[in-house]
Amino acid sequence: MGNENKPMKLAYYPGCTLKNQATNFDVSTVSSMAKLDVEVEELDRWNCCGTVHALDSDNVMNRVAPITNMIRVKEAQARTEGMASEFMTSCAMCYNTLKRANIDVRQRADALATINDLLYLDETKYEGDVEVLHLLEYLRDRVGFDNLAKKVTKPLEGLRVACYYGCLLVRPKEVAFDDVENPMVMENLIAALGATPVDFSHKTECCGAYQTVDKPEIIADRTDKIMGSAHEEQADLVVVSCPLCAFNLDYRQDDAKRLNPDFRNMPVLYFTQLMALAFGCDESALRFDLQHIDPLPALKARGLD
Amino acid sequence: MTSVAAGVTRNLSISQADGGRSKSEQRLIPISIMGKAYQVPADATIMGAIEYAGHQIVRGAGCREGYCGACATLYRLPGDYKIHTGLACMTMVEEGMTLAQIPYVPAEKSIYDIEELKPNVSAIQQMYPSVFRCVACNTCTKSCPQGLQVMDYVQAAKRGDIAAVMDLSFDCVVCGLCMLRCPAEITQPLMGIMAKRLYGRYLRKDSPELAERVKAVESGAYDAEYAKLMPMSREALSKLYYARDSE
Ligand code: SF4
Ligand code: SF4
Ligand code: SF4
Ligand code: SF4
Ligand code: FES
Repeated sequence: MGNENKPMKLAYYPGCTLKNQATNFDVSTVSSMAKLDVEVEELDRWNCCGTVHALDSDNVMNRVAPITNMIRVKEAQARTEGMASEFMTSCAMCYNTLKRANIDVRQRADALATINDLLYLDETKYEGDVEVLHLLEYLRDRVGFDNLAKKVTKPLEGLRVACYYGCLLVRPKEVAFDDVENPMVMENLIAALGATPVDFSHKTECCGAYQTVDKPEIIADRTDKIMGSAHEEQADLVVVSCPLCAFNLDYRQDDAKRLNPDFRNMPVLYFTQLMALAFGCDESALRFDLQHIDPLPALKARGLD
Repeated sequence: MTSVAAGVTRNLSISQADGGRSKSEQRLIPISIMGKAYQVPADATIMGAIEYAGHQIVRGAGCREGYCGACATLYRLPGDYKIHTGLACMTMVEEGMTLAQIPYVPAEKSIYDIEELKPNVSAIQQMYPSVFRCVACNTCTKSCPQGLQVMDYVQAAKRGDIAAVMDLSFDCVVCGLCMLRCPAEITQPLMGIMAKRLYGRYLRKDSPELAERVKAVESGAYDAEYAKLMPMSREALSKLYYARDSE
């Protein structure tokens, strides 16, 4: 870590889902960062990252939402001492949307000029000068897994963890902050927490995403395959970084069971929840009550409750 | 209210420009009301100008004080591509202004039983699902004559922060201009009203003082004072009102 005494200040963009369905992701992110002496400051103004609209490349309007957030980061940075022109988000979906928009406007000066023009109420103009960081990237490159390991007070010994990346952390390749085919950043984090990462065949397969709304049968099939492959490697649980993956892999296990009577339940956690657990945070930072499949029996079996 | 402040400054500059001229020599300026040219007093409000021009305002006026939201107006200024908005009763005319009043914006109100809603994102999802269509273009904020951060309250609704919606939409006068301009066709003010009701029903702080005060009223503690006030003249009442200790 850059400076051992002074806590680092980091702008934090939670995203809507972390304020609703995935508050366990939010509280575990903030609590574990506090243990790492990183002062995480949620932006005081922010809007939805603009997911869905932003997947379309030729419409400038769809970039307005993400770029407005970049301006909010610049505003926060301008009035906060010790804050860099960057921000962190732990939601894979927000990361993907914001990062892609950032890459896009950096390459298209005309589109960026149009957006700045549309945002004439904001005095701050965006000039492509904010860095979008995913929490995993921040932990690897800024905190360092060796430093992180020193903060572990409750090593997750014996816990077998399957790290599921889905699509958003590694696709398209411009936004990937790790190997596209075989990312290892989450495994390395998990190992630093004292747990055992297991390699499994479906770690970068798509969970079916928004098909969950009107074609849950597709998700049931994806969940059956993905969780099945984690079972094959004797994983105790799966960790994710995306609230939509979490919903599909966790809540849709009931549908998977209807589809395949041999389907076996397995808990799905956010990687931040395992971090918070290993750092000795209390239940208010874990919120396991929001998990559909209760992770406590699996943790208890490894002596980790 | 930004429109009031702007109106006052413009007023001042006009009276300075008018310098020594006597009050009876009213300076007239050209404006266009619904596509027709008129000369109107330079120090008129838009509402005053419309009436000066000979129109009778039937639906587009209510309080004439900036509270009821009945007088929403769209206008443009020469050499400026922007669509401006204002409350006709609070906004001063400007030279070359072209304007139209929009006294009513059709919108479907959701019917709900507040007892069956929860003060979180679920109420928004059930009753005003169009909120989730927001593309964060900020057009609503640009349209609001009250200077509210309309997009921010829509965004707060998306994340179920009812208290923030209440706070940010508190000064909404339901003029409807934001919902008219929203590309996602969201009905911001109606959703805002629901959030304020939810706040009132579930989230507000208890105020035991209120129950106490009601009890005192019922027990006749203020009857003598009322008896003194009731026969007073308008002038005496007004004098008393302005001389009161205000909070
Ligand atoms: S992608 Fe989802 S979680 Fe992220 S900001 Fe948008 S709606 Fe919220
Ligand atoms: S929700 Fe599905 S599409 Fe999105 S990252 Fe997860 S796996 Fe990929
Ligand atoms: S929020 Fe919308 S309806 Fe309310 S005052 Fe502003 S523009 Fe009018
Ligand atoms: S105008 Fe509509 S779409 Fe645009 S920010 Fe406001 S609510 Fe969202
Ligand atoms: S007439 Fe009521 S706000 Fe203008």
